[in-house]
Amino acid sequence: MATLPDNPLVRLQDVRFAYGEREILRGVNLQVRRGQVVAIMGGSGCGKTTLLRLIGGQLRARSGLVEVGGRDVSRMGRSELYALRRRMGMLFQFGALFTDVSVFDNVAFPLREHTDLPPELIRDLVLMKLNAVGLRGADRLDPAELSGGMARRVSLARAVALDPMLVMYDEPFAGLDPISLGVIGQLIRRLNDALGASSILVTHDVHESLEIVDYVYFVSDGRIVAEGTPEDIRGSRDPFVHQFVNAEADGPVPFHYPAPPIAEGFLGRSAT
Amino acid sequence: MSGPLAVVRRLGAMVTDGIWRLGFAARFFGLMLLYSGQSFTRLHLTIREIYFGGVLSLLIIVVSGLFVGMVLGLQGYETLQRFGSGDALGVLVALSLTRELGPVVAGLLFASRAGSAVTAEIGLMKATEQIRAMDMMAVNPIARVVAPRFWGGVISMPLLAAIFTAMGIFGGWLIGVVFIGVDEGAFWSQMQNAVDFRYDVMNGVIKSVVFGVAVSLIAVFEGYDCTPTAEGVSRAITRTVVSSALAILALDFVLTSFMFRGTS
Repeated sequence: MATLPDNPLVRLQDVRFAYGEREILRGVNLQVRRGQVVAIMGGSGCGKTTLLRLIGGQLRARSGLVEVGGRDVSRMGRSELYALRRRMGMLFQFGALFTDVSVFDNVAFPLREHTDLPPELIRDLVLMKLNAVGLRGADRLDPAELSGGMARRVSLARAVALDPMLVMYDEPFAGLDPISLGVIGQLIRRLNDALGASSILVTHDVHESLEIVDYVYFVSDGRIVAEGTPEDIRGSRDPFVHQFVNAEADGPVPFHYPAPPIAEGFLGRSAT
Repeated sequence: MSGPLAVVRRLGAMVTDGIWRLGFAARFFGLMLLYSGQSFTRLHLTIREIYFGGVLSLLIIVVSGLFVGMVLGLQGYETLQRFGSGDALGVLVALSLTRELGPVVAGLLFASRAGSAVTAEIGLMKATEQIRAMDMMAVNPIARVVAPRFWGGVISMPLLAAIFTAMGIFGGWLIGVVFIGVDEGAFWSQMQNAVDFRYDVMNGVIKSVVFGVAVSLIAVFEGYDCTPTAEGVSRAITRTVVSSALAILALDFVLTSFMFRGTS
């Protein structure tokens, strides 16, 4: 990997967030350097997707700093936020393709909305992006005709249509077969390096992610509980990381949801 | 808490929820008007919605208008001829349709056919994260998705009401003149004398525009505000049809009481 400049593209400092009374993030600190592919891992409902929404400005932190490109996202107005998002791409969990238009029009959408390029140039750009994800031949298909993996690749082509500085991936590997999973993983790494962008992956697919990322953050109970390079993570003795990486059913993340003692539950009396 | 207190508490919660939602809808309406510029500068977005909401509703509007007019012809003649006024059938059919039935029934049909479709489309876009994806691509979903559908509905509704009324008058003529044998000259001339363009026709048009605004607003709001699940979308569609029907009937009473006070 090339030498990276020190100033981070994304920086979160002591970020707290709650949905109503339910606190999701309790002081998160993380950073993503330019050119890096960073994974944010953790169990379901631990606040990983919330982190992406905070970085994209779709949610506002209750306190703390969410900085992208040196600017505080929480303080941006709509027009500033939209200017920033034009330089971001996002791949949603199930692609979020527009179902009423073709694959070609899906990828062309951001180009048509944000540029005054002539149709011939837009056509060439769209076909280039589709070629990069291996789907140039599928440009006339409808989203309903695509498999899950293909839809994810089209969505990836759409996310990078405007050559963003930051690409965010929300569970890019969820529900994919092993071949599609490997393809998406390699595409994430290749596109990131080709565009000179930075990428943030929210995922719980440990093995695929560790193959392609530069740095990993583990989130649990609203905090970063472990972090490091893939090598650090593989060799970690941290109980949480060990349980997560080895997919153990019980550990710091308990198998059982909190419940009264079993005797009380089944026999209707207090355990003695 | 139980008994009467619980009932009072639930009632209170229902009222405050209703007021909160009304305020939210008003704010949504304001935002939509603010971001409506694109609906007119990129007219193809609105024209597409006029096609889906208006043109594709034509069949149900034409057929319903024809049958409503035919029923009016039968019932109207049966009543009028008791008083020896069978020749006034044209007046009865035309006034009933232009003042009331045209805007109201076309509005109810529009809400069921196009309003529910708009709610379903926006709701499903929300459930499949298309709305959020658009927002992340720095494209304002209210300007790009909601406003064109709203204005498409507002423009379509008076046109559909006019077509409904025209088809109804044709149905009344078909039954009254062709099948029953009412004098054709009397049918049309009495209608021409009795129906005032500003008082009857324009008030009917105003009603249909107001119903168009109400139905379109309810449809887009319910879609945008729905819980993004299959059940949430289904509930939103039901609310669109029910709320639109109630809004049309209530607004019709209010408008009628202002427009037609028995002075003419």
